[in-house]
Amino acid sequence: MEFVAYDWWTQFVRWGHIISGIMWIGHLWYFNFTQTPTMPKIPTELRPAVVRFILPEALFWFRWGAMFTLGFGIILAWMNGYLLDAIKIGLGSNNHKFTAIGIGMWLGTIMWFNVWFIIMPNQNKVMGVTSATPDEVNAARRTAGLASRVNTMLSIPMLYGMVFSAHFY
Amino acid sequence: MEKLLNSLAGTVVAGFVLVIVEILVIHAIH
Repeated sequence: MEFVAYDWWTQFVRWGHIISGIMWIGHLWYFNFTQTPTMPKIPTELRPAVVRFILPEALFWFRWGAMFTLGFGIILAWMNGYLLDAIKIGLGSNNHKFTAIGIGMWLGTIMWFNVWFIIMPNQNKVMGVTSATPDEVNAARRTAGLASRVNTMLSIPMLYGMVFSAHFY
Repeated sequence: MEKLLNSLAGTVVAGFVLVIVEILVIHAIH
């Protein structure tokens, strides 16, 4: 008898994927639904508290949530044996699930790329981690904000693809 | 597009429109 069965490991990886995903998308929605719309209402002298203390901490959990979600997700698809079918969004197979999970995976991967290669480098300029002129900081804030909004938009069909594939049939 | 995404409500509506596109794509492939 195996000490820990293969099925147990797929459940563990699925659980890791979901809690990392909540960490990631929870912070994404916090930024877009709470922090960004509230910033203009915060008195100027209090704003550094958000930018210097809350934002770096939130971005830490946000970006590593994204990394672990992607990592666990790829391992899970591989363990379930449909990684390639999902990458091909079910083309050449006769299964709706591969198309749904595949679209979800591609959207999630675009979102992960946005986090690590667009949002973070620009937020680092906004937070002063990397040096930038005031004009560059303003441009960086706009680019990061836009990429964050794109991710919020994509999170809706991404989650539909993920949940649809597991529960519709 | 940027104007749409600057509005939170616009972002959410665009997300739901993409869900409909997604359903159409899933059914178009199969």
